Amino acid sequence: MTPEHAARTASNGLLLAGRRARRERLRVVGSESVGPYTLLRLDRNALDPGVPGQFFMLEAPGRVLPRPMSLCQAPPGELAFLVDPVGPGTRALCALAPGEAIHVLGPLGNGFDLSVERPLVVAGGIGIAPMPYLADVLQGAPAILGFRTEHQAEAARLLPGAEVVVEPALVTELLPHEPVDVLACGPEPMLEAVRARSPGAQLAWEAPMACGYGACFGCVVERGGRYARLCVDGPVLRDAA
Amino acid sequence: MTAILNASGCLDALTAPDVARSLDAYVTKTVTPLPREGNPPPRIAETEHGMLNSIGLQNPGLDAFLNGHLPRLDALGIPIWVSVGGFGADDYALLCGALDECDGVATIELNLSCPNVEEAPETAAQLVAAARAATAKPLYAKLSPATWDIRESARAVADSGADGLSLVNTIRGLALDARTRRPKLARGTGGYSGPALRPIALACVYACAQAVELPIVAMGGVASGEDALDFLAVGATAVALGTILFSDPWAPTRVRAELEAARRDVAR
Repeated sequence: MTPEHAARTASNGLLLAGRRARRERLRVVGSESVGPYTLLRLDRNALDPGVPGQFFMLEAPGRVLPRPMSLCQAPPGELAFLVDPVGPGTRALCALAPGEAIHVLGPLGNGFDLSVERPLVVAGGIGIAPMPYLADVLQGAPAILGFRTEHQAEAARLLPGAEVVVEPALVTELLPHEPVDVLACGPEPMLEAVRARSPGAQLAWEAPMACGYGACFGCVVERGGRYARLCVDGPVLRDAA
Repeated sequence: MTAILNASGCLDALTAPDVARSLDAYVTKTVTPLPREGNPPPRIAETEHGMLNSIGLQNPGLDAFLNGHLPRLDALGIPIWVSVGGFGADDYALLCGALDECDGVATIELNLSCPNVEEAPETAAQLVAAARAATAKPLYAKLSPATWDIRESARAVADSGADGLSLVNTIRGLALDARTRRPKLARGTGGYSGPALRPIALACVYACAQAVELPIVAMGGVASGEDALDFLAVGATAVALGTILFSDPWAPTRVRAELEAARRDVAR
């Protein structure tokens, strides 16, 4: 790369899968418990919050690979991520304290298509993560949230006004019979059930991911009999996954 | 100036053209004669000091590569190295014969050591000989570190006509899920890469540089200019970045700057 090209790329960000993304070291400005999850707030610096449903790769301190996280909230000057401490990387992210800093790359992937007439937000468990930002950009949308436990359900406070169910009740029991445009994120069985009830629903999927920008071919999902990279084709998909 | 490449399979130049253009040459993901969908997911797993992958050589196959991918790679304006792989000497001969006619291909790297697919029945030396007979392009043989004495492999591929060595491929590893004690990867084992591979790769480069006269592209956990200096010190002529690209797409630019800064310090 010529010095001129390097400088231009540095100021404009990297072209990754047809979109511009930046990688910068972001300072932690807040970390608070939300039920079993942690809401990690970072100084936004020059990173763009992107479209709801897009994701960022967050450096997990002490780990080899970063972790993909969809944006949860975009307060002025900040990016906030809801992290479920399920493994060593996410636990390291939850342990970050204000003043510490991590590298963040993004925004990446394809977010939700917001040009829908009757949006209905549906989320299960940590699948609530992208929904506060989505509801914010949509300037309010009805929402149905499902959780396994009451402790998890404390995260519903991030989406005021949502209908909340706790297992054994399921979100699909609350889906209306009239046509709606479902925007969903949650565990695979929930997404499968939502798709069965609402063909054409926009579903945000999850897969183990090393890079987030199409380099590793690790995050493939089956689409039409082929393996497609979720980071490039998704993570929000309308059809099979 | 030390050339910085990517390790095959660790960058898609068509989805990340800015990253590709920051390299001195781009090495493609391995191309096989026929299209391959690759292995079922999960395909990757992180470990304490590295990562495992079992992608299974997912690629569009030779025809689609030549007609669809290669013209777009040529447009990037950087030298293109094509990695090829197969399941027998005929495959290597076919691939190299086809690429021999492509002006846009600077070098062919022979993937002789993917740990995630069936191996060819022939030895590495026989595969290199078949490739040599099919092309006049520079041929780099990519060797596995999983051998008792890698110098024997290096001498054998050198005698068969290899122009250079790519050292090293991943080494087979296994990771289990902490709850189920079942393999994390759908296919069980995978290729281990990242920081843990670095001392293994360093030992291989060290051994081969003394055994053969060929230029060596070193790879295996290179993440910084310091790492690159280690490989250069034991005889590497260029370095390739692999796993570090997954966490840092700016790594080529950063490593190059770190190398230059380290050289200035030495010169002072």
